[in-house]
Amino acid sequence: MSDVAVEITGLKKSFGPLEVLKNIDLTVQRGDVVCIIGPSGSGKSTLLRCVNVLEEPNGGKIVVNGVELTDPDVDIDSARTKIGMVFQGFNLFSHLNVLANLTVAQRKVLKRSEEEAKKVALHNLERVGLSEKAHSMPAQLSGGQQQRVAIARALSMDPEVMLFDEPTSALDPELVGDVLGVMRQLADEGMTMLVVTHEMQFAREVADKVIFMDGGYIVEEGPAAEVIGNPQEPRTQEFLARVLDPTHHGPSDPV
Amino acid sequence: MAMSKRKRAEYIRYAQYGLLVVIAALVAFLADWGQIKGAFFNTEIAASMFPSVITVALKNTIIYTALGFAFGLALGLVLALMKLSSVAPYRWIATVYIEFFRGVPALLVFIGIYYGVPIAFQMQFPPLTTVMLALGGVGAAYMAETIRAGIQAVPKGQVEAARSLGMSQGRAMITIVIPQAFRIILPPLTNELILLTKDSSLIYILGLFREQYELTKFGRETLSRSPSLTPILIAGLCYLIITLPLGYLSRYLERRGTSGKKKVSA
Repeated sequence: MSDVAVEITGLKKSFGPLEVLKNIDLTVQRGDVVCIIGPSGSGKSTLLRCVNVLEEPNGGKIVVNGVELTDPDVDIDSARTKIGMVFQGFNLFSHLNVLANLTVAQRKVLKRSEEEAKKVALHNLERVGLSEKAHSMPAQLSGGQQQRVAIARALSMDPEVMLFDEPTSALDPELVGDVLGVMRQLADEGMTMLVVTHEMQFAREVADKVIFMDGGYIVEEGPAAEVIGNPQEPRTQEFLARVLDPTHHGPSDPV
Repeated sequence: MAMSKRKRAEYIRYAQYGLLVVIAALVAFLADWGQIKGAFFNTEIAASMFPSVITVALKNTIIYTALGFAFGLALGLVLALMKLSSVAPYRWIATVYIEFFRGVPALLVFIGIYYGVPIAFQMQFPPLTTVMLALGGVGAAYMAETIRAGIQAVPKGQVEAARSLGMSQGRAMITIVIPQAFRIILPPLTNELILLTKDSSLIYILGLFREQYELTKFGRETLSRSPSLTPILIAGLCYLIITLPLGYLSRYLERRGTSGKKKVSA
């Protein structure tokens, strides 16, 4: 298989008259961690949701794991089994316990045996440090635990790429670390990851590449140290100044 | 100096209590208790109704209701999915069905199926099938709207999570959305069941054998042979045997539903 996990060219997406993604080109190498940062409304979540076609693009081409997802005849369900996704709001299946959350798609989609699905699920629960919660209901878990279960659920499908849509934004501050720890461990294991995040520290330390988006465009991209440590574009500088030192800024003015 | 607001509210409340007492006294004074006792509490007639009021009538009411509810639930689910379909004709058919059967009295549906079908199709459904189709057909119209609302109440993120794991639209609906929707709509569905229990009495327009009588028919039939309204009272109490527990069940489910801490094996 090629070294390119995700290749996006000329991606356009509008919601009605609102152009959210204007012309996005993006390549993610296999094994890379790419963090997407930018102000709210910049289109970063929409970009991520286009990668597994939860949002249908209006133009451009998306190739993931060698499969062109923008091909109208593509088997999107089968392609999605190779693309794990973790949501801001966890989205655990609230009527199923933790173990069933991890096995249901393995059983129904991958047609794994109950025994195998359970084995895979327990292995992944162990990876996120929640083996003892296998029989809890999602509502009984803290936000951080729910998100780690959600990561284990995605991993149970043996994905080749993982998408994270602001995975820590809905968490209490003291729970963020657990989730980021699991993500860092995944990155160390060589998982290809696309992460929309506001955690600059995480992006700086873990990302191979950082992308700054604003107004539906990729404004700046490059190694984490450069984009976060020494941004070249004024919009990137302005955004990072606000994020890294929020107390020393007045109300935002239109730039 | 005018009365304080609190004092005035207190006097108004006393006035309301007083009025209630006066009305109750008037009713008690005007009613002929001897007649009422004879009309509704004839123990001899009441005793004569047992045990068949339970072994035949109550049993049949439950059977008819269960059949109607089962058929109505299945048809209602199909209609709800049609109503949510992206295929426009499905939506139209479902809308027309729901509006029609919600809008006409259940009695007319019973008559239509019992007398209309033999004329139109040269076939006659047995009573059990008729009651299932008529009761279920009407119930489906109500339940379809309830189920549709339940499906729409399931958070969108649940479907997105299911789709992101490779489930098809239909698979996500069956495995993830519908189980959660039913959990949400259990209380209103229990109310539908109570309404259907009472509507099952409409079967009286069908020509029935004695062993097919349900509570209302049984009560009316006993009534025609006795100089007392006692059979109606007994039949009414028997309905309460079914509906009161259902009402409690509905409220219990509602409480449990809002607590959000349900232990369910998967």
